[in-house]
Parts: sequence; C-alpha cells; structure tokens
Amino acid sequence: MGEYLIKNGFVFDPVQGINGDKSDVALKDGKIVETTALSSGATVIDASGMTVMAGGVDIHSHVAGAKVDVGRLLRPEDKLFKSPKKTGKVSRVEMGYSVPTTFKTGYDYTRMGYSFVMEAAMPPLEAPHTHEEMRDTPIIDMAAMPVYGNNWFMLEYLKNGEIENNAAYSAWLMTATKGFAIKVVNPGGTEAWGWGLNCTTIHDPVPYFDITPAEIIKGLIETNEYLRLPHSIHLHPNNLGNPGNYETTLETLRLAEGYSPKSDFGREQVLHNTHLQFHSYGGDSWGNFESKAKEVMDYVNQQKNLTIDLGCVTLDETTTMTADGPFEHHLNGLNHLKWANTDVELETAAGVVPYVYGKNVKVCDIQWAIGLEIALFAKDMMRTFLTTDHPNAGPFFRYPRIIKWLMSKQSRDELLHSFKWADRVIAATNLESIDREMTFNEIAQMTRAGPAKALGIAHMYGSLKPGMNGNVAVYNINPEHMPADPDEIEKAFLRAAYVFKDGVMVSRDGEILATPPKLALWVNAKVPENAQVRRDIYEKFRKYYSVNLENYPVRDELAPNQRVIELDITA
Amino acid sequence: MAKVITGVGCPYCGASCDDIEVTVSDDGTKVLEVKNACAIGNQVFHHASTPGRITSPRLRQPDGTYKEISYEEAIDRAARILVNAKKPLIYGFGSTNCEGMSAAGRVAEKAGAVLDNCASICHGSSFLAIFDNGYPSCTLGEVKNRADVIVYWASNPAHAHPRHMSRYSIFPRGFFTGKGHMGRKIICIDPRVTDTARVADIHLQVQQGHDYELFNAFRTVLHGGDIPDMVAGIPKEKILEAAGIMKKARFGTVFYGMGLCHSDGRNHNVDIAISMTRDLNEFTKWTIMAMRGHYNIAGPGVVWSWQFGFPYCIDMTKRDLVHMNPGETSSVDLAMRDEVDAFVNIGTDAGAHFPIPAVQHLKKHPWITIDPNICMASEISDLHIPVAVVGVETGGVVYRMDNVPIQFKKVVEPAGGILTDEELFDKIYERMCELDQEA
Amino acid sequence: MKTVTLTMKNKPELILECNNVTPDAFAGKSLADIGRLEVYEGKFRAPLADYFEIAGEAGETAADTRIVMKGDCKRVKRIGQKMTAGEIEIEGDADMYIGGWMEGGRIHVKGNVDAFCGMAMKGGELLVDGDAGNYLGAAYRGDWRGMQGGLIRVKGNTGNDTATFINGGTIIVEGNAFIHVSTHGEGGTVVIKGDVEGRVGGQMVKGDVYVFGNIQYMLPGFKYMEDVEKEIDGTKATFAHYIGDLGERHPTSRGQTVYANLYVKA
Repeated sequence: MGEYLIKNGFVFDPVQGINGDKSDVALKDGKIVETTALSSGATVIDASGMTVMAGGVDIHSHVAGAKVDVGRLLRPEDKLFKSPKKTGKVSRVEMGYSVPTTFKTGYDYTRMGYSFVMEAAMPPLEAPHTHEEMRDTPIIDMAAMPVYGNNWFMLEYLKNGEIENNAAYSAWLMTATKGFAIKVVNPGGTEAWGWGLNCTTIHDPVPYFDITPAEIIKGLIETNEYLRLPHSIHLHPNNLGNPGNYETTLETLRLAEGYSPKSDFGREQVLHNTHLQFHSYGGDSWGNFESKAKEVMDYVNQQKNLTIDLGCVTLDETTTMTADGPFEHHLNGLNHLKWANTDVELETAAGVVPYVYGKNVKVCDIQWAIGLEIALFAKDMMRTFLTTDHPNAGPFFRYPRIIKWLMSKQSRDELLHSFKWADRVIAATNLESIDREMTFNEIAQMTRAGPAKALGIAHMYGSLKPGMNGNVAVYNINPEHMPADPDEIEKAFLRAAYVFKDGVMVSRDGEILATPPKLALWVNAKVPENAQVRRDIYEKFRKYYSVNLENYPVRDELAPNQRVIELDITA
Repeated sequence: MAKVITGVGCPYCGASCDDIEVTVSDDGTKVLEVKNACAIGNQVFHHASTPGRITSPRLRQPDGTYKEISYEEAIDRAARILVNAKKPLIYGFGSTNCEGMSAAGRVAEKAGAVLDNCASICHGSSFLAIFDNGYPSCTLGEVKNRADVIVYWASNPAHAHPRHMSRYSIFPRGFFTGKGHMGRKIICIDPRVTDTARVADIHLQVQQGHDYELFNAFRTVLHGGDIPDMVAGIPKEKILEAAGIMKKARFGTVFYGMGLCHSDGRNHNVDIAISMTRDLNEFTKWTIMAMRGHYNIAGPGVVWSWQFGFPYCIDMTKRDLVHMNPGETSSVDLAMRDEVDAFVNIGTDAGAHFPIPAVQHLKKHPWITIDPNICMASEISDLHIPVAVVGVETGGVVYRMDNVPIQFKKVVEPAGGILTDEELFDKIYERMCELDQEA
Repeated sequence: MKTVTLTMKNKPELILECNNVTPDAFAGKSLADIGRLEVYEGKFRAPLADYFEIAGEAGETAADTRIVMKGDCKRVKRIGQKMTAGEIEIEGDADMYIGGWMEGGRIHVKGNVDAFCGMAMKGGELLVDGDAGNYLGAAYRGDWRGMQGGLIRVKGNTGNDTATFINGGTIIVEGNAFIHVSTHGEGGTVVIKGDVEGRVGGQMVKGDVYVFGNIQYMLPGFKYMEDVEKEIDGTKATFAHYIGDLGERHPTSRGQTVYANLYVKA
C-alpha cells in the first residue's frame, strides 16, 4: 500500500471546517494522516485547480439483495444497447442501466468518488442474498439495513408495549442478519398487504395485529434509542407517492417530538425520513398534484432530531423497487408495465415495477422539482442528504446531475422551461422562485459529512481528518473558476480525476485501477439475556418459518471482510 | 460414536428442505442414516457414500476407453479447450452451490463463453414470462401461514416435490391457517389424473396443450365477460365455480410446473398465468410460484443476474458486453444450430436431456463433463472431472424455488480428496490466466 | 444510388455476426475501410474482408448506399441491424435478426430468414420472399415496446410469436403462422393470409389482426360483433369482426372502451 500526497487541491471538509482552502491531504497505511507522517517516497498527486473531498457516503440506495436482483432479472431491456463496453484490465463486464450488476455498481460509485453505500432494505430472511451481493460489489464499503416495520415479533412486542423484548429481538436480528440499522418501510401497511390491503394513514390499524403505524414508529424509536444504535430508525413512511400525502408525512415526523438521541456515535437525530420527495405531495388527485416541499421542510428545519434524504427524481427510465408492496401494486395499476412482488414470511414484502419518468409528463416534472426544492429549502445541509432512492427516483449515477441542478440555477431553469407543460409545472411548484445555489461545502455536507454523521460512522467516513479511512475523491473542477457550462459540473463529479479507497488509488479519470478488499459493516449489540425472546424466536421458527433457525443467521463466509461495530448496553 | 447433524439441507428438489437429520460415521466420511427426507432425498445422501465413486479425472483415449489423469492435467486441458474454442458453451448447474456458479461465471467471462443453466430446458420459459410480465410471488412460509386456496397447475408435487404439500402448501398449520388442510381448498389443473389431482377438491382435466385458452377463459370471467360453454375441454360451469373460489380466497397461490413450460407456447402459458394472478389481486391476495426442479436451480438465475444482469443463456462471446436471447443463446438452440465448438457439462446430464441431434453436434467438438457421478454425459465425454457432492460433501448457499437463500451444510468429507466445483473452476480460471501470460 | 456487393468467400465455421453490414456503416467509406469493419465469429473478431469478397462502391450517405449480399449467407446474423436508410438485398437465405431495430430503408431477402427478424422495428421495409422464423417483428425480451412502425412482408410462412408486443407498423404474412400472433399487442396491424393454429390476439390491448384463412382454436376472450366489408392489402372481402382480448385491460378513449380487433375472413 503506497503513500500519497494529494497536493494543492481546494479542500472541502465540513467536519474540520475546511472550506475550499488550498491544502494537502496525505494517505498512508490505508488512512488519512498528517502530511508530516509521510516518507519521502510518497507519490505526489498534483491536485492544483481541483476539488478534494472525502470519499462519498450514500445513506440510502438499493444496490444489493433479493429485490434488486429481481429488478435485474425482470428487465433484460434495461441492458440492451444501454450498457457500456467493458474497459480496463481489472473490470468485470458492466451490464445494466437503472439496475446495474454488482460489478457495475461498485465501479460506478467508485468513479463518482464514493466509498460507502448503505443498502436500503434487507429482508432478514434473504439476508444471505444481500451479503452475497455486497461481497460481489467491488471496492465500496457497504452495510445493509434489515427491514423491520412489519415484522411479526416486533408487531406483537410493540402492541404489548414490550420495548425491552423488542430490543432484545432486534439485537438478535441485527446480529443474525449482519445488519446495520432499523429500517422501517410503510409500517403496518406491508403486513396488511399480506391480505392485499394497506395502511395509508398512521392511524389505520394493522389487520389482526391491532396496532397502528404511529404506535409502531414510536415503539421503534424507543427500541432504537434503548439499543443506542449508531443510526436512528430509518423510515419510509406510510402513504408514499400519493397526492396529498404531505399531511401523513408531517403527522409521522411529529411522532419524533420529545425523543432525543441516545448513542455514542455522534448522531443527533432519532428519525431519518428517507426519500422525502416521495412524501411531500399536495393536491388530491394527479390533476391538481403540487409541491408541498416548503411545508414539509419548514417543519424539518425546526426539528433538530430529524434528518432526511432527497430521493430526487432525475427524469429517467428506471426501475422502482420497495418493501412497500402495496405501493408497487398500485403503481402497476397506473402504468400497466410488468410487476414483480415477493411477500416474505413474518417479515416484509417487496415489489418491483419499471417506471418511465417522462420529461414531458407534468406529474414527473413536478416530482423532479420537489426533490430539488427539498434540498434548496433545507437550512441545515448536515441533516439533508443527496439520494435518488436509487433506482426508484433515478439511477445513482445521476447524483452528479443533481449536484449540477443544485449548484446552478441556470441549469435547472433551462430544464424547467423546456418542459412541455412548463407553465403548469411552475404553477404547481416553488422551484422557479428559488435563487439559491449550493456551495461545494454544502455538497460535501450532503454527500459526505452529513450522511456519515447520521449513520454513526463519522469516525471512519466523511472527513479528511487524520485517522479517518483513506477515502479521498479529487474532482477536476476549480471552485475559483466555475465553468460557464453547468454540464461541466456534472462531468467532473461523474468521473473523478482520482479516487482513493483505504489509501489505494482505485480509479483515475473513470478508469478502474484496482479492486482492493471492501468491508461489510454490521452492528453487534449485546443486550441482557432474555429467555422469553429466545423462546419466542425458537417457537416462531418451529411453527411459522419455512426455514430452519440454524440456517437463518448469515455465515461469516458471506462477509469475508467484516467490520463489526460492537455495542454493549448491559454495561 | 456416530454423530448426528441437524438442520441439513437436502440437495434434491426445489423444495430445498433444510430440516434433514443426518447421522454420519465417527470418522466423518460415511452417511449412516438420514431422517426427515423423502425417499429420493434420502437416496442422494446415501449415494455419496456408495463404493465405486469416481475420485480421479478421466481422459478419453483414442481407443475409446478412459484413462485416469491428475487434476492438474485435467485443469490444464479444460483451460486450453476454453481458451482455444471460438464459442465454448458452459451448461448445467442443476446440482451445485452458488459458490460454484459464481466461480464458473468468472471462468465463462474469461473464456468468452456462453453460460447457461438447466432452466434453459426447464423453467427458462418462466424467465421469459417474468421478463415480459413480472412475477407476483411470495416465500413458501407465506403460503403456509396465510393461504386458503392453492392451485397446482400443470405440476405434480406428489411425485416431483414429495414434501412440498406437507411442508408448505396443503397440509401445514400456519399462523392464520390453524386448521391446516381442513381450512384450504385445493384446485388441480392437469390433463392427467395425478396423485396431486387425487388430493384436490377440484380437478379440471384440461385438454393437453390448451392451458392458454383456459387461462384466457378465467381472465375473461374475472373481467366480467362471458365465455363459450366449453373451453379446453372444461365446461363453463366448472370454470365459473373455480374462478368463484379463487376470487373469494383470503390468500391464494398458483404453483405451476412443467406442463406449462413444456407444451406449445411455453412462456406464454406462464405469462398468462401471471396475468391471471395480477387480475385476482384486484379482488383479494394472490401469488404465483414456479415449481423449480432442483434444490438450487434458482441459484444460477439469482447469481448470474447480479453478476451479468441475466439469469441464463448468457452469451459473453463479445467479451465487453453480454447478450441474452433465449431461442438464440440457449444451449439446445446453439447445439441444434451447431453454433458452439466446445462444451462443458456441469452438474447435469446433457447426454440424457438434450435432443439427439444436439448431442451429435456437440460431440463433434471437445466435451467436458464435471459431475460427481457417472451419467450419460460423462460416458460420452472427452474429459470427465469428478467433484464433491454439494449438500453432502460441501455446503454453500442454495436458492429454494421461492428464491429464499438457504445456507447448506457439509455432512461428510469429500470422497478421495476430490475438489468442489468452486475450487475446480477457480483453478481453471488461474490456469487460463497463466495461459494468457504465456501467450 | 451506389452499390457494394459482398460475396461470401470463406464460410464461417460457426456463424457470423454482421451488425456492421448496414448502409449506415458503409456510407462514405472506401472498399478497404468497409473490408476492415469488424464481424464476429464466436469470440473471434475479424475484418469483414476475411469472409467476403467486397466490390462496387458505397454512396456518400446511407440513403445513397445499396448493399447486395451474394453467396451462402444462411449463417450470417444481424444484417441490416439498426439501419436507418438505403437498401440491402440478400440473394439467398439469411440467419437471425435481419432488419432488427431497423429505422428506415429497405431490406429484401430473396430466400428464407430465421428468428427475430424485424425485431422492435421502428421504420422502413423488410421483405422476405421465403419463410421467416419465430418472433417476426416481435419485441426484445422484456420490452413492452415492440414493433413501432414500418412494414414487414413475408411471402412464405412464419413460426410462432409473430408481432409479440406490437405497438405500431404493419406485418403481412402471405402464408401461414403457427401460434401466438400479436400477443400483448397494443397497436399496429398484422395480416395473416393463410391459416393460424391458434392463440391469435392473446392478452392483446389494442391493434388489429386480419386472418384470411382458418383459426383452428379461437381464444375464448374474443367476442363476435358483426360482419364487415374490408379491403386489406388489395383484397376486398367480408370479415367476421371480433373484439378482445376480453380477459385483458383496455384503455378508454372519449368514454368508449378500446378493444383489439380481430377480423377473420368469412
């Protein structure tokens, strides 16, 4: 492993308060080090005129596991004439567009300068599948969030107010699945989908279990804080994608009031609302559909214990996939394309439907504007993260395009005014009236420092502080001489000039140079021995699961390079 | 002291039962007793311990006999065949683990080969239907816990998946299905009076080859239309009765099998079954599932989708891109059209399963069989490389018919130190890289 | 219009993939440059000139370029793939994907073609004097956007899956078709002048199918409406008009449900 000195770049590191200062970054033994720690043999990288940031951190992306793979299998046409030709010596073939193969996923994130990606939804029963895919996703470190919000154990414990039992079960599940955080998708609604039903408000009782989504969400916040997990609960609220749903969203967010974070990992939120774009809709039909980004963000801005990510629509042909089973069924009824669904016993469900966000479809354009508005209305970019809910609102390789739109009013206005129904889109949104242009520092907050902090991994990722993992991205863009053509911003962020992962130069100008071992992060929370929960697990497997309890936990072979985050709440 | 291993996965059918108890000899080399498995599964375990296993690679001699050779030589020959062929075909994977499939994928990509699995001649038509129309499905535990109506269409689990009905569908008592069999209605649609049809409440004896018309009739009824008095040999009232039961289900599942995949129209029979399932979701909850044949034949579809974007018929001859189009890049079509010039048969028996003209074409070129057993393919090969029996002599991940991953266990040591599929393919890969360097 | 003639001189041992044999790829090139265009035999890339004698001259533009293929092209795939203009004439048989994803121009095959010809065609004309294989004018796997426009005419028979997922354009088969015509269709017109065994218009949303001969097995989802007079491809006749597939979803237009139409010659 070599030593590198990245010299004279414009460095943006919000954690250290470095805001575009011309300085040097040093890499040694896989870590960021003080420049004085380097030997004279260090390779010097001339980054003058370029932008230097820590490796990117993606807080929410569907990249590995059962439903992602269904998305790949379902769509041969997503590969036809749409895949780049394999280049370079170390690369495996790179197939797919909206749902790329694991290899393409790892390479493309790397090319964009990312070093950590959180798989957004891991059905516990299918956790071995998620881990197999993460193992086969080169270069980038990953973790996965087991999906909890409709789990029968949890529904029963929380119905009875048994937070401690729910925590003991959750800790067991986290360890069994080598999972990272509590993911909640359409709480209660996905269980209702087992009968073809849904919970579209937070007060709809879940069939048979007789608990409401509101009770589930509060119970899971309490469970999460009891366990002192690195990340907060990670919530995809009820009523996704429907006109007028912003009221459900606000009601949902209010559930977090009064809770404060209990964790030693530095996060300040108790609830992360993912892909907020999909949850900020006004109107009561597709006819009068409109943006409520302002209303939602006015609330989020006041609440320090919330974080959000955007879920920006990028106006591409893509593939939607979510554990929100009833939503995918509903979407299929709207677009009549193919529909895949997998209900997972005792735990969750998932649906997959291809979707074309047409540039001249009014609703799609309004969705596009809402995603950007959420960012542009945000006051604290350390709590606002860039995502597309890949691939739901658009493929992740559009992040650089979103950065362009956020940094350049000209670029977003040009697109806005080119829409067929531009007047109606402008009338239904706030975007045209917003002048804000994001700074590099704010982009670094949204794509590095912020998500790393919210995930509780800021001790390894998201900053260039000495001691951090040696993940650095150097972009060929000069903040002191911004290009006249905003497309240059996108270009620079799409193919970083240099990317370092754990101190190894892994990519240069988009060419993959090396594929060093990558990590799978997971959380091992030690809780007090709980005989009841142990018995409940044994009984549920004996009676209701279709697999043997012995074969359920993910074996170590599937995660050959693990970074276990140990927690002990018995102490 | 013999030791008992519990929670063992069964390497037989797509039900991939993982509740098997295997008693092995003290030295861990011999299977003594197998519990919980069906008769066929039981046999698979014992088979690994049968005397006379082939433990060394064998090379065909000019006089037609086989000569034992070292693994090293076999690996070198395999690597050279793959490197030198213009269009090698690597086919099979009916009986191996995902680790082996993944390793073979890397070899195939390196070799510029076509990579295909047994789905190609089995549930491949299901893939075509999924590509075109989706797949509203569920895991088998959902069926056990919720289903009150089960349709077995063109499948006969009583013989092909012996424990399917008892573990997952008809008989088990689940969370919302405490009455087990008593609480469920079973509909069987099959031209034959099978043993599955005998346990069904309703048997619709569809005219062979006319399932598509019958599905079309069900859909027409579900959409409120009228149908002729007789469709595909089934009287209108019977169709209306069955459709009524399906609409009134709380949770229903259609399990379909080879009868749809292997009669005219193939993928379309599955495709319209998927459409019918979607229609039923307008009334209540319905799911559909392919009765996949082997314990891990779902595996290659899963693994190769994440590696290459396609589940089967993966043409990597362009090297920088992958192309898939069954009908062209499917093994039997390639063989029938004489498009390949080297063949690797792994974990299956193309000698027994392929049409004779296809085998004749393939036989003109080098033929390698990788399989623990002697089979028709091994007996006509130029090179036979034995490997460990997955699920018995090596563990690994397998995907059940509902795509649930099950982590299988090893119960005994591989006979005579033979390699696993994964080890073998990794060695072939390394040898190919060496040959590259030499060239 | 200028003509380039390709005459097969070295037949491939396996099969040849020639997606570079289009007026678009040839236009503006010298014969030597055309000869250097890449073709594939399995994983081996080779110049076109290794297999073909190349003569004549290419036009400046695709529209101004005509390609004539002589000799045995029975095992040559992908001729005319994605072509946008110009002409290709194949004097004998050809293999798969002839005129696949074609957008314009004209291809005339004097012999037979195999499967997947005219796949997802957008425009232009594909004429086959002999028989065509399966999936004539069908969509690529998984795509709901099948044939969008253009004309395919086959003087002989076709196999199964003619016009699967057709959205537009016209396919005329002068002989017989086997099963599955316009399955999942959502537009376009298919004319079968001979017989069809069955499954005509299954899962069809919109579009028209004409059958001059017999349909051995009619789908139950098609309902007879009335007899109508129609002139189709120069033939005036009475047709029994059916609507369907009544088992499939159907859009509404101006308050009326739109069905697919099946016309069977009386």
